[in-house]
Amino acid sequence: MSEREGKRKVGIRELSPIDVYKLLPRTNCKECGEENCMAFATKVVNREVPIEKCPPLLKKEHEKAYKQLKEMLKPAVKEVVVGVGDRAVKIGGKLVMYRHEFTYFNPTAVAIDVTDEMSEEDVLDRIKRTGQFSFEYIGQTLKLDMIAVRSTSNDPEKFRTTVKRVAENTNLPLILCSLNPTVLEAGLMAAPKSKPLLYAATKDNWKEMAELALMYDCSLTVLAPNNLKLLRSLTKTLLEYGVEDLVLDPGTFSGDGLGDTLNNFTMIRRAACKGGDELLGFPTIGVPMVAWMERGEAPEEVAKWREAYLAAMLVVRFADVIIMHSCDGWTLLPNVVLRQNIYTDPRKPVAVEPGLRVFGTVDENSPVMMTTNFALTYYTVASDIESGKVSGYLIVVDTEGIAVDSAVAGRKLTAETAAEAIKESGVESKVKHRKLIIPGKAARLSGEIEELSGWQVLVGPRDSSDIPKFLQEKWQSKT
Amino acid sequence: MPKNEKKKEFLGLKLSSRLMELLAKLQEVELEDFEMDVGNLEIWIQPGAVAAPMVAQPKVAPPVKVKPTEIIETEFIPPVETYPGKVVEVKLGATRSDGGTRGKPVIVGGETTPAFYTFERPTPHPPVIALDVFDMKVPLPKAVKMHVRDVLEDPAAWAKLAVEKFGADLITLHLISIDPLLKDASPQEAVKTVENVVQAMDVPLVIGGCGDPKKDADMFEAVAETFAGERFLISSITRDMDVERCAKFVNKNGHVALSFTPMDLNLARELNRKLYDFLPKKDIVMDLTTAALGYGLDYAFTNMERARLAALMGDPELAHPMSSGTTNAWAAREAWMKMGSEWEPRELRGPLWEVTTALTLLLAGVDLFMMMHPAAVKTLKDMINQLASGSSGNADALAEWVSMKV
Repeated sequence: MSEREGKRKVGIRELSPIDVYKLLPRTNCKECGEENCMAFATKVVNREVPIEKCPPLLKKEHEKAYKQLKEMLKPAVKEVVVGVGDRAVKIGGKLVMYRHEFTYFNPTAVAIDVTDEMSEEDVLDRIKRTGQFSFEYIGQTLKLDMIAVRSTSNDPEKFRTTVKRVAENTNLPLILCSLNPTVLEAGLMAAPKSKPLLYAATKDNWKEMAELALMYDCSLTVLAPNNLKLLRSLTKTLLEYGVEDLVLDPGTFSGDGLGDTLNNFTMIRRAACKGGDELLGFPTIGVPMVAWMERGEAPEEVAKWREAYLAAMLVVRFADVIIMHSCDGWTLLPNVVLRQNIYTDPRKPVAVEPGLRVFGTVDENSPVMMTTNFALTYYTVASDIESGKVSGYLIVVDTEGIAVDSAVAGRKLTAETAAEAIKESGVESKVKHRKLIIPGKAARLSGEIEELSGWQVLVGPRDSSDIPKFLQEKWQSKT
Repeated sequence: MPKNEKKKEFLGLKLSSRLMELLAKLQEVELEDFEMDVGNLEIWIQPGAVAAPMVAQPKVAPPVKVKPTEIIETEFIPPVETYPGKVVEVKLGATRSDGGTRGKPVIVGGETTPAFYTFERPTPHPPVIALDVFDMKVPLPKAVKMHVRDVLEDPAAWAKLAVEKFGADLITLHLISIDPLLKDASPQEAVKTVENVVQAMDVPLVIGGCGDPKKDADMFEAVAETFAGERFLISSITRDMDVERCAKFVNKNGHVALSFTPMDLNLARELNRKLYDFLPKKDIVMDLTTAALGYGLDYAFTNMERARLAALMGDPELAHPMSSGTTNAWAAREAWMKMGSEWEPRELRGPLWEVTTALTLLLAGVDLFMMMHPAAVKTLKDMINQLASGSSGNADALAEWVSMKV
């Protein structure tokens, strides 16, 4: 607090490499691996390297500058680590409110719940499914992140047994959920070193919860149902108490009141990112599984459906952790894909692996097409080829993730890169002909590509949706 | 330093009773600095700053942290902002008294705050949903097809079903049969189809083309003239069309233009500027391109969010209601494809894909959704009503999920 000196934090967009540079040792020693201190400062501002990568800065004589830099680079939303080991999860750490202002860090962690009244079989099955959940998506493996253990029995002994069982069978971080400190403590005793997230401190139990968080060195959720004044007061109180890693829960309404929930999440994030409010500068937790409270007699699918779309809204509106009950693929898949999309760095074009792709059943007479490795371009082309039931090869050129027209204009897609891509793809040993279909938007490269590669170039359609028709009308492997 | 002087002033003049209460709650006043809030004023009590500078102080042992025994009350002031800009209001559909035949018009836009920041201001016009109707048989995902199987070749019956059963606020009539690569139907045939649909139901219409810039312009013109005064949304005017010609017949015949650009705000501004030469702002809706969840939704989302924030910050060229071709969600194979058993049933996965795409864009500021699956439409509608209604829930029940038995 004292370090703040009454100033609002400098917004991320206002922070320039010069601000960082001025505080560095400025010896250009290259120990960080960069050419000079300015280059390092630029990477630091872009959050590509931590300042700790500058060894001289960590020396005693630069202690003050290091502290100043630490403060200057501190995210508006504190980063909190839950769990231990390689599956430990970082939550929060947000620098900005809107992703286009910079980028979002630490994708929303998805937790699946188990309870202390589920059968052992059910608990183990849910843990297993959560741990094994995996979906391959543009070169990434999308996974689930945490297990939330709830006490529905309010019996310390039952909770202790369940937490023990869960901790023995997963390395995923835990969220221990009970508003009864005695129950929560029993759970903590079963997994004392696992650094779970505790759920939750309320206006009634905050002191006992704070003691538990301090004793077991773990993070603590602050629950203030639809009451941001109370949330802020509790946060202030807990900070004073010495608990530093807090997670905020303003409550999740699934039906009436949902507007308040979105407002609360939005106000918390705005106060932190735009207003520099350190009392609300903590990660948030949303609970889509509240949808199950209103299930009534409806079939399970109804609750799952509601829970799934609530989760999506929370991922978009600033939740750093969500707890779900459904562990079905159809409810989780849209959400883990959405999370990946929202947390993609908008500063970097999304690229796919360059190289040769095969569609349908190919032979030595199959057509050879070309596109760029901008993910959106690639997936559009691939989907058009697939839906047109076309067989053929597609050479994906490394254009550093730039779309065709921009890549041609920006000289990322040139006769040279095209010719090289043909060679490296190995397609020359797969087909007898030497005919390449290039995107219509790269038409002006056709002559040069022919000269450099020795392949005959056919200028394809400007939009990949016309590929099937184009092939039908224009493609013959023999001349 | 002036800052210190200001602080002294605070301390001298504004040390409120609230602060005294706060101090009383602490067992012992900390030596260390601390802060508290009084209203939206933040006061930092800094003994060092008030008295001698810190450096002059003799070294003392670090202060003992004293644990509070009661909740330290703070204030919360909702971070409300005002924006110089406002999204224009656009009226779609005209009633008889307005020179059309529609039952009631639909108004979109008018926002003075980001999407559903209802803590700032209420939503002036809740977003609306147009359901897709095609003028010829098209391949549809199984999950969608099962709901419209009987009307696939009868656009009028399809439109009626979409309004009466699925609750469409508008109908998007996709006149794709005019495509020279499909049936190459004439603009006059398209006019006939529109006539049938207009007769079958009375919600406002969106007139969709086939994507051929020349043929679309011809068809749009014929429809615009025949149904002059209906305030149809002409979907869409693109950069590769004769923009002047299109804008003129849209304007002359009392319709609304949908300005469509491919995910680039500069291109959107440019096309809108061209349209301004012939059309008033209140006759333009814009479509910034919708990519499916998993297939570029991040671009679509951010593009729309940026456009809306820019509009509110006073950029007039982006201050138009936004339309989204949310049906594009079905372009994602995960929406329709048979996958492993762990991802089934796709009959639920598909519409959920569309809902997820729609809700994401709802929160970016979309005003008009063009959609497909009845369940997705119903859910989006429920959510829009829920968010726009400002209904409140029972806060006392919010913690109950912790011990809920499922």
